[in-house]
Amino acid sequence: MKPTRTDTLVGSFVLVGLVAVAYLALHLGAGNLPSGDTYLIEARFSNAGGLNRGASVLLAGVIVGRVEDIRLDPGDFSAIATLRVRSNVHLPTDSMASIRTSGLIGDRFISLAPGAEADNLTPGSRIVLTESAVDLESLIGKMAFGSVDKETPPNETQESPQ
Amino acid sequence: MKPLLDVRDLSKAFGSQQIFSGVSLSVPRGQIFTILGPSGAGKSVFLKCVAGVLMADGGEIRFDGRVLGRDRTALADFRRRCSFLFQSNALFDSLTALENVALPLEQTTHSSRRETRVRAMEALGQLDIGGFADRYPAQLSGGMQKRLALARAIVTRPEMVFFDEPTAGLDPLRRNKVFAMIARYQHRIGFTAMIVTHDVPEALVTSDHVALLENGRLCFSGTPVEFSASADPLVTAFRDSADALGRALREIRVSDP
Amino acid sequence: MIGALGQEVVWGVSRLGDFSRFVAASLLGAFRTRRLMRRWGRAIYEQGVLCLPVVVIVGLFTGLVLGLQGYHVLSRFGSEGLLGSLVSLSLVREMAPVLAALMLVGQAGSALAAELGTQRNSEQIVALQTMGIDTHGFLVTPRLLAALVVFPLQTALFALIGLVGGSLSGSWLLGLDSGVYWSAVERSLEPGDMRECFSKAAAFGVLTMAICAYQGYHADRCRTATGAQAVSRSTTLAVVYSSVVVLAVDYAITSFFV
Repeated sequence: MKPTRTDTLVGSFVLVGLVAVAYLALHLGAGNLPSGDTYLIEARFSNAGGLNRGASVLLAGVIVGRVEDIRLDPGDFSAIATLRVRSNVHLPTDSMASIRTSGLIGDRFISLAPGAEADNLTPGSRIVLTESAVDLESLIGKMAFGSVDKETPPNETQESPQ
Repeated sequence: MKPLLDVRDLSKAFGSQQIFSGVSLSVPRGQIFTILGPSGAGKSVFLKCVAGVLMADGGEIRFDGRVLGRDRTALADFRRRCSFLFQSNALFDSLTALENVALPLEQTTHSSRRETRVRAMEALGQLDIGGFADRYPAQLSGGMQKRLALARAIVTRPEMVFFDEPTAGLDPLRRNKVFAMIARYQHRIGFTAMIVTHDVPEALVTSDHVALLENGRLCFSGTPVEFSASADPLVTAFRDSADALGRALREIRVSDP
Repeated sequence: MIGALGQEVVWGVSRLGDFSRFVAASLLGAFRTRRLMRRWGRAIYEQGVLCLPVVVIVGLFTGLVLGLQGYHVLSRFGSEGLLGSLVSLSLVREMAPVLAALMLVGQAGSALAAELGTQRNSEQIVALQTMGIDTHGFLVTPRLLAALVVFPLQTALFALIGLVGGSLSGSWLLGLDSGVYWSAVERSLEPGDMRECFSKAAAFGVLTMAICAYQGYHADRCRTATGAQAVSRSTTLAVVYSSVVVLAVDYAITSFFV
């Protein structure tokens, strides 16, 4: 059967449309891990306020992963965040995870700071050094009532579980 | 011989307006059966009820011995074996002449693409419009559109064809041609025809059987010879008035083609 | 007065039932009609190729306006960097499916209603019935199946072109770095947004085309006019009902996803 003009136009339209769908779904919508293997690690925070599923995980300002899941540990009422990190990023066991905010009212994200240990975190293991989310409202409240301890800012409280 | 189409006591009303009632007739196989009557006598509605386009209020229609009613398979069988030629032709204006004729074959039979094309071209050829296969209906003249509609009606080789005012809006010359065409193809292909018209002279020449529908009642049924000879006051009144009407119509149509 | 109101309600409910049966018959028609592919292709041409220009133009301007408005609002909070998030989320979740559907209703839906109405008027639909052809399968099914494909495709194109429009007004006109814009776009869109976007588009497509086909198919049932006026009336109703349904169904689907 010889192709008609209509056939060609319909074919081109469908092709262009499919490219658009694919670009949206695979490139823009699939998050920031376009390809490659990943592994999961966990991080325990005393307060994960404002952190959402799908938030970025940054190392030295570069996106290396996403927050896969956030759940409550009923044992000690802490928040456990599961992070999906690219496999080519090897993190020492004493790496630190902190919840940060981009700008004043921007998105929450997790910033990783690599440690110095020789051993690396294996998939499924847990980051023990964490920094929780800054509670902006209470911070402002404390500033307003003048009780901010300037020596040790409240967002620098370090937790080492167990 | 058992009639192909048998209508018993058919009636139809639109709201409170009775269109026709108690109409009974039977059409033997292979005949040209014409229903005459003045405009507005309910002829078209009657034909549409018989052909299953409209639902009749009461009565019974038998096609080849099977009652057409709520039975879907009987209706499907009836539609496969019959064609309807609409007064307005009802051609698909977005399809070419060839596609119009090929459509019923393509949709209702399992014939191959090539066979469909060959049969459609054959039908167009039979009606001498084979050269216009790629034209759209709007590019054809009124007479050619009528022939195209007839080609589409006969392409499925129906046993019966219903003609709703096949000459409406045509000049006298074309009117004669349409009746000649119906008679010729009826003879060649051998279908049974039921024609609704008010063209008395043409109908009397071509038909095997004539019926007169007047005021919603079938007031005459017989051969054309009997119709011409009938002394029934309604028949004579229609014969005379139809002549006058025919003359008047002819004058109007010739002056306003 | 109350009796008339009751009659209207009964009439409306019976129309709804009739419409549901119409859609069901059209979906079943897929199994009762032959050479569906060819008419499907033609319907994709009508809804896809012919409506592409309007979708592209409206998509571009929607993105441009979103970029302009969003920039001025966000710059008050010093968060111009979030322009990409604002434009991409509003486009993908709401604007693209809704506006693309409204544009397609305006162009393809009205054409469908008018075409079927004219075919009803000139006895073409009755002629199909006397030929023993399944009229739903022949006339409506290809349009619904095409809508199922075309609406998501047009919506994706609308969204992409809108994103480009947003970056044009954001970076070219207002001086935002286009890298900041596109990284915010990539950061904020998630698979869930895409699912919402495409489920909306597919639902809008089938519903609006079914409404337009129904109105045209039953143009002879118009209670206030006959003939050409009935066709114009049913085309108007097709566009009005479809547009209202798009917005109402948009609300319903959004509430499922939020």
